[in-house]
Amino acid sequence: MIRADELTKHFKVHRRKPGFAAALASVFRRRHELVKAVENVSFRIERGERVGFLGPNGAGKTTTLKLLAGLLHPTSGAVTVDGYVPSKRRPELLRSITLVMGQKSQLIWDLPPSETYAMNRAIFDVPKAEFDATLAELTELLELGKLVDKPTRQLSLGERMKCELAAALLHRPKTLFLDEPTIGLDVAMQLAIRDFVRRYNQRHEATVLLTSHYMDDVVALCPRILVIDEGKLVHDGDLRQLVKTMDPDKRVSFTLTSEVGADELERLGAVIGREGTRVTLRVVEREIPAVVGRLLGPLHVADLAIEDPPLEEILRAMFGKAREQRAASEAAEAGGAT
Amino acid sequence: MRSGTSRALRALPTLFRVGVAETVAYRAEFLVWLLTSTLPLVMLGLWTSVASEGPFQGYASADFVAYYLATLVVRNLTGSWVSWQVSEEIRTGALAMRLLRPLHPFVALGASHLAAVPFRTFVALPIALVLLASSGASALSGDPAQLLCVLPSVGLAWLVTFATLFTIGSLAFFITKSMAIANLYYGLFSLLSGYLLPLPLMPPWVATAAELTPFPAMLTTPVELLTRSLSGADLARLLGVQFGWAAATVLVALTVWRLGVRRFEAVGG
Repeated sequence: MIRADELTKHFKVHRRKPGFAAALASVFRRRHELVKAVENVSFRIERGERVGFLGPNGAGKTTTLKLLAGLLHPTSGAVTVDGYVPSKRRPELLRSITLVMGQKSQLIWDLPPSETYAMNRAIFDVPKAEFDATLAELTELLELGKLVDKPTRQLSLGERMKCELAAALLHRPKTLFLDEPTIGLDVAMQLAIRDFVRRYNQRHEATVLLTSHYMDDVVALCPRILVIDEGKLVHDGDLRQLVKTMDPDKRVSFTLTSEVGADELERLGAVIGREGTRVTLRVVEREIPAVVGRLLGPLHVADLAIEDPPLEEILRAMFGKAREQRAASEAAEAGGAT
Repeated sequence: MRSGTSRALRALPTLFRVGVAETVAYRAEFLVWLLTSTLPLVMLGLWTSVASEGPFQGYASADFVAYYLATLVVRNLTGSWVSWQVSEEIRTGALAMRLLRPLHPFVALGASHLAAVPFRTFVALPIALVLLASSGASALSGDPAQLLCVLPSVGLAWLVTFATLFTIGSLAFFITKSMAIANLYYGLFSLLSGYLLPLPLMPPWVATAAELTPFPAMLTTPVELLTRSLSGADLARLLGVQFGWAAATVLVALTVWRLGVRRFEAVGG
């Protein structure tokens, strides 16, 4: 189980303006700024859960993952993974977790991945028979084939990512921290990795924590999401629940087969998209049966689809609203101070 | 349940093997790096010319030949670029991947650097042969017991150098560019280890000051074992001091690392 209690991480960052004069001035006097990367974040994650971290760039997702993996020491608060304090980096814990970072490689650049695998087997002390079985399983699941014998520098980004995943999983970790594992990959490779992570989770009852810029990764893999914005946890729960709370209306899309007036469409719901004959309406959930009846009946529309609002849209609105509220309260404070 | 030490020992052969594969992959760079340590040859030319007309402060031409060729051999076997490697890994955040493995980076990097030693003999061995064939051969120690101690002494010199450079690299946890300190280190090393000229030829206060630093243990000790006739007591004292410095520098390296890693910011995605 993973427990985070009031987890906080602050960084002191050196700031200076551009230009030669500023560079010279910074030699004598350094200006530092405190960045509150993670602020009082608390959550529990049970064994075998798949949890997604969502948030804009710089929200604190990766910092949280690094705190959980023991790469960073918290400024305050507490975190445990399977009862261990990660920052103490006990070998017992390191043997049961893994962290995959899409932008960092653990493969030895000029040697084939098989050499990194052999090294990891030695360091993680994996018995030969178990290593061979795991490697065979990973080779099959990730379709590694002969990739493992090519020097890493000659692999494509997607191939390298697959080999990275294998390197990270050879010791059969029970907890997977995945930070942007599909970054820069094409759609087919994204799907393959997503599929692999789900199967690994099911086969080994592994806990998976995932951050991704691709909302589809999170939607497809994680029934539970933690939304982090400016270091604070702003939502923890079911994905559908988040969508329902933030925007309970449905999106109804269809293709017109005959001329329908704008007034008629507005009566059915708010028109939020129109491209040629393809129309998207926002409709209150309880009115869906009536609206669908009218669309398929008198209006004879084709290709009708009813969907939840896109997660990106909800998050954009969510982060935008949070920022507006903060700006308003800061402005009010500033006004009160003068 | 196996202990951490026995697990680390079991991992060493594979780490050596992968280290050898890495060294082979970078063979051109490696050779160029080895050939850059040619300062003793310059000093050799200078001092043999000075001593050509008679011994200089007790050092005859053959003594200088023996001293600088022995220096070149020891330096080739014990030099390390680990400070650069550690500092880069901390600065770029690449260290994150190493920290996720249940093996202390000091051991992992140590094994990988030791794996390069057999390749260093490709350069060190011909120099040693030149030394044996040169006039310097007459100035080498003839005591077999003393010569037997050269090997452990070179090993200790390697460890003192590696631990000191590991410490300097680890300073990147505290200051952004720890390589500036590495430059200062190389200056002091050249002066106080006997790399530039034998310590007895230095002003007495420099030679005394050098004794208070680990630098002689990095180079002078094995060179003296090769080139000077030492009493049993002196031999034991030199090796004892070298062992003491090895223990102290390893302790400092591990302490600086333990304090520094708390400050690691694991920059970048």
